[in-house]
Amino acid sequence: MKPRPSRPTSSPSPSSYTTTAKLLHWLMALLILGMISLGLYMQGLPFSPEKLKLISWHKWAGICVLLLVTVRLGWRLTHPPPPLPAHMPRVLRMAAHTGHALLYVLMFVIPLSGWLMSSAKGVPTVWFGLWPLPDLLAPNESLGNALQVTHKYLNWFLMAVIGGHVAAAFKHHLIDRDDILVRMLPTLNRENQK
Amino acid sequence: MSIHSPVVRAMARITALIAATSLAFASHAAQYDQLVVEDSAIEFNYTQMGVTLRGHFREFDGSLRFDPAAPESASAAIEVELASIRTGLAEADAEVTGSSWLDTETYPRARFESSAVRALGDNRFEVTGTLDIKGTTQEIVVPAALVAANGTAVFEGEFTIRRGDFAVGEGSWARFDVLANEIRVQFRITAGE
Repeated sequence: MKPRPSRPTSSPSPSSYTTTAKLLHWLMALLILGMISLGLYMQGLPFSPEKLKLISWHKWAGICVLLLVTVRLGWRLTHPPPPLPAHMPRVLRMAAHTGHALLYVLMFVIPLSGWLMSSAKGVPTVWFGLWPLPDLLAPNESLGNALQVTHKYLNWFLMAVIGGHVAAAFKHHLIDRDDILVRMLPTLNRENQK
Repeated sequence: MSIHSPVVRAMARITALIAATSLAFASHAAQYDQLVVEDSAIEFNYTQMGVTLRGHFREFDGSLRFDPAAPESASAAIEVELASIRTGLAEADAEVTGSSWLDTETYPRARFESSAVRALGDNRFEVTGTLDIKGTTQEIVVPAALVAANGTAVFEGEFTIRRGDFAVGEGSWARFDVLANEIRVQFRITAGE
């Protein structure tokens, strides 16, 4: 294997993500992958206490995703991310920006579609079983079923975009050999963290 | 004479007034013994994972007798067609008639039959009776508030039963951590003369 070009381990802070941005990225990555797995698993279960419990947990976690992505978008807008590497052609830059915008949109839209679906199915969301959230829609069975299908397809779309996101990160790391992947890892640039 | 003439209208008004007055006198000695199913309702709510959901029964019937002059001689028997349940949860509707729940094939109806009525004053009553669900009979005491007007008596009240007492929800459902044991039943029973 060829030696990698040395990475700028002590570059000025605009070339790296803040600790908060990294924390939010990885926290949401874990949460979202967990939610997709849970969603796929629970929807096939027979009607049982376990299923009702898992659905409630899924809804509570979905509201957490909605809150976290709000914080994350606020952080992103006030803390510009490090620029893309200079070697990237225009088309790939546009693809990267589009992909990231899509991830943000989906992180908002998917939990919202779940909340809407739950309202339309006549089951209020009580966050952690403690805090009742408002119902966004009046109960309506056919609308509830339509939203369930919407929720499902949005998630398949999200999985495809995440797949592209991960593939792009590894492409940068293994083929382009730039620091795109590593600069999101928690260990790099430790001395630059404020 | 046109039907719009003032004389005809005045006569119509007088006729209506007489009819209303005689009705009012009649209702004074009313005995309410006709259950008006379409103006009655049997609903319930329950809690699953901290969320309160609301259901109802679409079909029920029965008989009752209530004389305002002798309320303690009143009696009621109500039968609920259990397969007509709507739980407020589409997925549960498909399950809840099965054998580990209401087992409607073996026990199609729930039945309440009063045994004693106590007047508490102020149009409030306490109805004691037996409740039969899924082969289990239990004595319950049901509060009822009466509003009577225009020849109609409406009894409303709420009571709580424990589904575990009637083996409603067996197997993995017999624990109450996800689906609570308490079922709060609200009724509105409308009776005519």
